[in-house]
Amino acid sequence: MAKRLRYDMNACLGCQTCSLVCSTLSGYHSLGESGINIKTKGGLQGKFVCVVCAGCTENISCLEACKTGALKARNGGGVLLDKNKCIGCKKCISACSIGAIHYSDNLDRPIICRQCGTCAKYCPHNCLYMEEVE
Amino acid sequence: MLYTNHIRVLSINLTDETYKIEHREDLKQYLGGVGVASKLLEENIKPDADILDPSQCIVFAIGAISTIFPVITKTVAMFWSPLTKELGESYAGGRMAMTMLMAHFDAIVITGKSKRPIYLAIESHNVEFRDASAMWGIRSDDVGRIIREREKGAGKRSIIRIGEAGENQLSFASVCVDTYRHFGRMGLGAVMGSKNLKAISIWGKGDLPIKNQKAYFKVFQDLHKKAITTDVMKKYHDLGTAMGVNLMNEKGGIPILNLQTSQTDDIENLSGETFAEKNLVRKTACAGCPVGCIHIGQFRREFGKGYEFEAVNVGYDYELIFSLGTFLGLNDSDEVLELIEAVEDYGMDAISAGVVLGWATEAYQNGLFTVNESLVPLEFGNQKNYLAALKHMAKRTNEFYYNLGKGCAHASSIYGGQDYAMHFNGNEMSGYHTGYGSVLGSAVGARHSHLCNGGYSFDQGGEGNPEELLDKIYNEELDRCILNSLIACLFARKMYDKDTILNALKSVDVVMTEEELDNAAKEIFRTKLRIKKMLGYRLKSLRLPKRFFETTGFGTKIDEAMTYELIKKYSEKCEALMNS
Repeated sequence: MAKRLRYDMNACLGCQTCSLVCSTLSGYHSLGESGINIKTKGGLQGKFVCVVCAGCTENISCLEACKTGALKARNGGGVLLDKNKCIGCKKCISACSIGAIHYSDNLDRPIICRQCGTCAKYCPHNCLYMEEVE
Repeated sequence: MLYTNHIRVLSINLTDETYKIEHREDLKQYLGGVGVASKLLEENIKPDADILDPSQCIVFAIGAISTIFPVITKTVAMFWSPLTKELGESYAGGRMAMTMLMAHFDAIVITGKSKRPIYLAIESHNVEFRDASAMWGIRSDDVGRIIREREKGAGKRSIIRIGEAGENQLSFASVCVDTYRHFGRMGLGAVMGSKNLKAISIWGKGDLPIKNQKAYFKVFQDLHKKAITTDVMKKYHDLGTAMGVNLMNEKGGIPILNLQTSQTDDIENLSGETFAEKNLVRKTACAGCPVGCIHIGQFRREFGKGYEFEAVNVGYDYELIFSLGTFLGLNDSDEVLELIEAVEDYGMDAISAGVVLGWATEAYQNGLFTVNESLVPLEFGNQKNYLAALKHMAKRTNEFYYNLGKGCAHASSIYGGQDYAMHFNGNEMSGYHTGYGSVLGSAVGARHSHLCNGGYSFDQGGEGNPEELLDKIYNEELDRCILNSLIACLFARKMYDKDTILNALKSVDVVMTEEELDNAAKEIFRTKLRIKKMLGYRLKSLRLPKRFFETTGFGTKIDEAMTYELIKKYSEKCEALMNS
């Protein structure tokens, strides 16, 4: 069955291994090229929050906003980006209500989690995990 | 910079608010970290000017493989230490190394003095000198919050800042890095304070293309697995370093009551287990470390009648439990956490603060000064008075506290009690009194820290062969020059043996042999020794307080004459290295 990324951030250490690994898959040592971003709720004394694609299965706003057909619905939730069809209009970014898409000036394209689950494999506290989708 | 033939150095002049970038090919052979920072310190230090003269420098550097491999998380700061008056070297975790890497700066050199309080906002393509006048006098965690709200880059930035102690140039003022980590030791906070530099924020928004993705990721995967699945790192995550309280006490190696003793029957209330069961609320990690050794403890404080409580969270570690706990005769984890909160607020090194108060307590008992000077009676176990003393120290309320703020070596030179002012050449002792290894290690270590060469880890009790011990300490000091050039967290030292280091370097296009690595270590150590000599330091002249030779460590009484004989031999080894 298809899976999508889920998280429970209470136990997060803030090590950012997920982001570093995600960028590595894009071929960069970076945080900017990562589809998953770990921030604090206002300072390190607050809890950590995870900003990542929610893996929408219906009413997929970013997909609806994409006029060039660069985004396609992914089986199990979320979207897949066809780089060749993307013109960098950034409409997907403003369409995502949880702010999970950002633009990489370096790669000149939006960074969208493709729900591959690699970050979850490297999370030392299992805050990130893949969940089966009905 | 990774995948290039140079080290990228950002030099900032606070006096005229200018900055420049240099690509230094000549520095590449020193890997990074302490290797590069030592060279830059040697170039920029002004031995003929005052220690806190505006012309002096602060050097920050990240290592050859910072952040891109697990537990390679540290940034080094090098400077002229106002505490020991010689080589200053301090390490901090947090997010600083990651942000410097992503901003593409291997090293940052800061000189000059701002006309008014400022903070620096550094990013890949810009350095801003921002007014911090209103932040002067504000405690370090509030400064962190203010800068978080003013600067961009949430999740990708690091904010380092000083507290009131730094502003007032206390000789052991610290620099807080991202709330829970510090450039704690040797007084970097005072150097920043002397430059009117309240804080630095670094935004790491850039990136670096990976040259050989497959080879790199293979090594990363192996090391990640090693870090989270093997026992090599487990202890640091579980109870954390506080686990050492019981272990050290059982063997008789934890300094208690200003090192009047090294063992007690009554330590359970301060054990790692007690802190974990009673206070631990959370663990956190430096960027790039899946281990997560940072233990956050919580205590409750009643601030008013009618069940009015506040909850306070602070990080704790073995060293803090020793310096602000056992060393001062405290016996309650909540009380220790409250002292930690105070040193955090004022921005001072927790080890030095506790050890200085330990000396002051005994000196007060011995009548070397009166309550007219100390303003409160200093008594072992009296936590409230210690809280007051820390405040006076940070604010430098009177002449006595001004002198106390220069460390116990200085204070005891004025008031007496030098035999029990527990320091190594001005740097207050750490939490290990375990035999010849601990005393020799800190005595001969380049920065007089237990971490220079881990001398204490060679102490097993009983009479070892001192000559062999000396060789072990010397070799470990050299090996740590390598680890500190990467810059690995020293908790991961057993994970990163030389083969592992060479393999990791190779995966990011740095091909070296073991011999070349060892030669780099020697050149780095040589550089540090040259700086020490330039600043007038002579290891042979070092004298230690008598108490190190009176209180047993792991049941061993350390012989004074033999210790000085060994220090002399070590000094000769260093001379030979410098001349080689």
